[in-house]
Amino acid sequence: MNALTKAARSMLLAELAAGMGATLKAFFKPKATINYPYEKGVLSPRFRGEHALRRYPNGEERCIACKLCEATCPAEAITIEAEPRDDGSRRTTRYDIDMTKCIYCGLCEEACPVDAIVEGPNYEFATETREELMYDKDKLLANGDRWESVLARRLELDAPYR
Amino acid sequence: MADFFFHTTLGQLLLIVLESLAVLVPLLLGVAYLTLAERKVMAAMQLRKGPNVNGPFGVLQAFADAIKMLTKETVIPSGANRMLFLFAPFLTFSLAMIAWAVIPTGNGLAIANINVGILYLLAISSLGVYGMLIAGWASNSKYAFLGGLRSAAQMVSYEVSIGLVIVSVLLAVGSLNLNDIVLAQRHVWFCLPMFPMFIVFFISALAETNRAPFDLPEGESELVAGFFVEYSALAFGLFFLGEYANMFLMSGMVSILFLGGWLPPLAIAPFTWIPGPLWLIAKILFCLFVFIWVRATFPRYRYDQLMRLGWKVFLPFSLAWMVLTAGFLMVTGLLPGGAG
Repeated sequence: MNALTKAARSMLLAELAAGMGATLKAFFKPKATINYPYEKGVLSPRFRGEHALRRYPNGEERCIACKLCEATCPAEAITIEAEPRDDGSRRTTRYDIDMTKCIYCGLCEEACPVDAIVEGPNYEFATETREELMYDKDKLLANGDRWESVLARRLELDAPYR
Repeated sequence: MADFFFHTTLGQLLLIVLESLAVLVPLLLGVAYLTLAERKVMAAMQLRKGPNVNGPFGVLQAFADAIKMLTKETVIPSGANRMLFLFAPFLTFSLAMIAWAVIPTGNGLAIANINVGILYLLAISSLGVYGMLIAGWASNSKYAFLGGLRSAAQMVSYEVSIGLVIVSVLLAVGSLNLNDIVLAQRHVWFCLPMFPMFIVFFISALAETNRAPFDLPEGESELVAGFFVEYSALAFGLFFLGEYANMFLMSGMVSILFLGGWLPPLAIAPFTWIPGPLWLIAKILFCLFVFIWVRATFPRYRYDQLMRLGWKVFLPFSLAWMVLTAGFLMVTGLLPGGAG
């Protein structure tokens, strides 16, 4: 571009006009905003949200207290205590997750041989006190019951890629 | 009734109050909704939706903001000069309001149709800088002080080119009366023959009202909020209102000087059906939209760039154009008022 064209372009505010044009075009475009509490974004089946402990269809809890999740947890957020149940099967007596420590890496889910501990699609579990974020086994099992249909569907969708 | 209003002292006083209210109430409502419009338009240009929770499309947001501002606590810093600190927002706000006394909304429809209207406007808008300077100094805070200094330097710089632009308009009109200035645009709006002046005036108006890309006195990222950092609640609200009322005023000036005030674009049937004040309002709204549009488009100027633009580009340019206008009017014998 020679000096004359350059001068003409700057005198005629060509760049400024182009910039204004770009914003005006955006003005009429459909908006990207999601009306959050009423509308929500799409989540991948691999989304790692709030934890849940799943059960078998007959109601038996899946967790066999192998403690692989506890061992693999990089944040050491999981605490498990276990002893044999009356019927001789090995079960947890305590399964706690400190949600304030958890980094949502999903390694517990990867480590679990029976798909018991999973991270579900729920990300709206903010609480008013810190204590409420210390999840115990009852809370995790309740989560599992609440989200079971979604959790099963997610595992099914993700299975081909594993 | 007419007798009471036009022939008794009390009636005339009442009439003036009513006239002022007829201008101020729509103006303040307009200012309240300008803040909402700014958020909406900027949001749309950034692919967002903007406020849409309070009322349909967020139309009650303006009132929500007002209530918030009124119910908060006015904090006066212990180091501040109390009297000046409270006087500054009041000054800014009232100056932005009283300028409207001379803006004609129709042929002869101004509260005060004075012969030096444009001079009055220039004087009032120059006084506006005092509010900012006083606020910046009285706050006793370094950010506020820097903001005040910047705004003073900026407004003085751009007032010069605004003055020269106004002079070239006056050359073509031959009168300082705002009514005459509008009537002189019956055949063609001044924004066409004086297009470069129109642009210079508009950009200077942006600088004059401290709007982006010349919002250095406020410069959120470096001065927090500039000269009104220390203000809260109602005092802040007054500054805010004053600033947006100034935008209205500058848009009004642009409309009157260059866009033919209350005149329709063409004096033919479908345009003349719409009454003059509505045309003026439409033009002001268009200017305000461009104000916001510019803000959504351009990044902030650096301080030296701002000064360079004011003194090294706009000043010589408007001076040259003024001489050109004067020469053209002399040569063609179009110069109004006796000289020709």
